[in-house]
Amino acid sequence: MDLIAELEAEQIAALGKDIPDFKAGDTIRVGYKVTEGSRSRVQNYEGVCISRKNGDGIAGSFTVRKISFGEGVERVFPLYSTNIDSITVVRRGRVRRAKLYYLRSRRGKSARIAEDANYKPKKA
Amino acid sequence: MRSGIIAKKVGMTRLFMEDGKQIPVTVLSLEGLQVVDNRTAERDGYTAVQLGAGTAKAKRTSQAMRGHFAAAKVEPKRKLVEFRVSEDNLVEVGAEFSAEHFVDGQKVDVTGTSIGKGFAGAMKRHNFGGLRATHGVSISHRSHGSTGQCQDPGKVFKGKKMAGHMGAARVTTQNLEVVKTDADRGLVFIKGAVPGSKGGWVTVKDAVKKKLPENVPFPAALKSAATEAPAEEAPAEGGEA
Repeated sequence: MDLIAELEAEQIAALGKDIPDFKAGDTIRVGYKVTEGSRSRVQNYEGVCISRKNGDGIAGSFTVRKISFGEGVERVFPLYSTNIDSITVVRRGRVRRAKLYYLRSRRGKSARIAEDANYKPKKA
Repeated sequence: MRSGIIAKKVGMTRLFMEDGKQIPVTVLSLEGLQVVDNRTAERDGYTAVQLGAGTAKAKRTSQAMRGHFAAAKVEPKRKLVEFRVSEDNLVEVGAEFSAEHFVDGQKVDVTGTSIGKGFAGAMKRHNFGGLRATHGVSISHRSHGSTGQCQDPGKVFKGKKMAGHMGAARVTTQNLEVVKTDADRGLVFIKGAVPGSKGGWVTVKDAVKKKLPENVPFPAALKSAATEAPAEEAPAEGGEA
């Protein structure tokens, strides 16, 4: 392992994050820490994960899309952000793409994703 | 004026901070950074420390340089750089530098050799705009335009920005922040990018344009006596070779 990979592995271990197994198409809930003045609380953001980028390493990120008040909203979260309190998988979706950017041009019925009935957790 | 250091660029990564911030950092590593020689006012007319870093095969080192390293009782070094210092900041020959030479939050200037781009056009080299995509422009969309006037002066002025060799030049980036240091492994984490490619040598000095923090070690942060023991064995090999 080269030094950079070693440093990144160490940092991931030090952050001690428990990241569930999820992929594009899954509906996930992200607990994001919001600081207002001196007070900080956790805000939940729930939607469909439409892309995972840059792997599971320290540079990884994912995009969550939801429809908020009739308007599509997308947020990109770094996987190991210290502002993320929790990531929970609400629903497993069955999709045939790694990036679901086609959902941006769809609304309502055609933007649905079928549930993945036979999801098997990754072997540790 | 304190000595700088020679370091090898390892690569870039990011650090996540407690407050949710992410910092892009360049990792620099100190590889056997030792004082090889001192320049003194009496002998040389100026004061400086000559540092050496990395390891060179004794077989591939010239006889003259082998003698120079043997006089300092250090192993042959790959890279030698002189740093001008004030007289009270001279460091004894053979002492090994530690990464704690710089303190967290300090500003530094980093000098390296930039990545070579070869013969580059005016658009890439000088950020020229190029010509239009349509409206009769023919096979010269990325060319520079006019290079001057007409019969008077009848020449292109010297220094005119044109296509040519780009990169592979000595570049200094000023006022970069030291995010943290790792003395055990000899690593310095610098915020942002540093000139040069991975595996290239860079020199890091205290920033010229910023005030030096009060808690920096003078004349330099050196590795303690405990770690110096193996370093003393090593020069013997270099001397025989």
